[in-house]
Amino acid sequence: MIHARGLARRFGEKRVLAGLDLDVAAGEFLLVTGPNGSGKTTLLRLMAGLIVPTAGELTVATDRARIGFLGHAPLVYRELTPLENLDLYGRLYRIAEHRERIGMLLERFGLWEARREQTGALSRGMLQRLAICRTLLHEPDLLLWDEPFSALDAAGANLLLDELSRRDTRRTVVLASHQPERIGDRPTSRLSLAAV
Amino acid sequence: MSGYLLDVAALARKDLLIELRSRDTVPAMLIFVVGALVVFHFALAEDSSRLAAAGMLWIALLFTALLALVRAFVAERDEAVIDGLLLAPCDRSAIWLGKTLSVFAFLALAEAVALPAFALFYDPVTWELIAGVALANAGIASVGTLLGAMAAAARARELLLPLLFMPLAIPIVIGGVGATLAEDPGRYLGFLGLYDLIFAILSWASFEYVVTE
Repeated sequence: MIHARGLARRFGEKRVLAGLDLDVAAGEFLLVTGPNGSGKTTLLRLMAGLIVPTAGELTVATDRARIGFLGHAPLVYRELTPLENLDLYGRLYRIAEHRERIGMLLERFGLWEARREQTGALSRGMLQRLAICRTLLHEPDLLLWDEPFSALDAAGANLLLDELSRRDTRRTVVLASHQPERIGDRPTSRLSLAAV
Repeated sequence: MSGYLLDVAALARKDLLIELRSRDTVPAMLIFVVGALVVFHFALAEDSSRLAAAGMLWIALLFTALLALVRAFVAERDEAVIDGLLLAPCDRSAIWLGKTLSVFAFLALAEAVALPAFALFYDPVTWELIAGVALANAGIASVGTLLGAMAAAARARELLLPLLFMPLAIPIVIGGVGATLAEDPGRYLGFLGLYDLIFAILSWASFEYVVTE
């Protein structure tokens, strides 16, 4: 699914990733760990195609329509409601019967009651739940999750772990976290990045 | 409707909904354009020419448009929503077209107030002026949205956008003033139409390269 050789990325003079080799097979669950500044976020953004490598090669064998990307920002509009935000993404991803799928996700992640509130009024934890719903909306083949536990309470974290426990051989997961102990033995492989 | 047009409609609808909720842009545009016309009214001598009045109108419209353009990508930039839109499988030019349509609508609203104010303080509003304003809107919205996306990625975006936009707006002012005053406004309206066509195609085709690395 993902193949990287000599992958490198600089931001100006600052080198963030250097000479990374990586292979992730379809259906694999890769946990990426490392200290701040080691390039976890950069690696996930490279995989999502949001930035390009400055050296090396990176192949992600799926279309961007099949990627579910969770970054540091929730990527939703604060002036719209959770329902409207997911409806917009549902339309852009051309999901058949997206309203039913949105309802199911909002229910599962405890956002149904808040579905008509302005997103800007939601707590940070609720925003993170909404961002997770956004990444799952189109049932992606590749999940790229950067610090998904960020701001989640115990109930939210359990919902996330339930999602990660779902045995879906089609789905590849790359998850970057500072809290690898929360994920237990779910990952099938691990990558530890060191600060360059 | 084709998938492309459905994407454009969903994106434009989202912008209109956001403005309806936040009221950040259009009220400021309305107050600015009326305020500018009032100030110009007192700044111009009573026997000023029609050329001066038309020039003032077009300057007021251009600066009002800048208010809309500076804010055009605020929602996408603040929460990095542009990343979410870029990851969606829609054609990236649909993001530009949706935003261009919403900017066009905001400009049209401002002009629906500005033109009666112009008639009140200066000259009667003619069909040629209305046609010129409509054509200028299309050009301002298409070029301005592209430049707004470009500036949104920069730190000094509020400074960068006028610097990029003003030189490209000179033909719009020439065409607009000409359509307002010339004996043969058709030539100037045609010029504005040609400007719109060329810059709309350029903006549509280059938007993807502006918003991606």
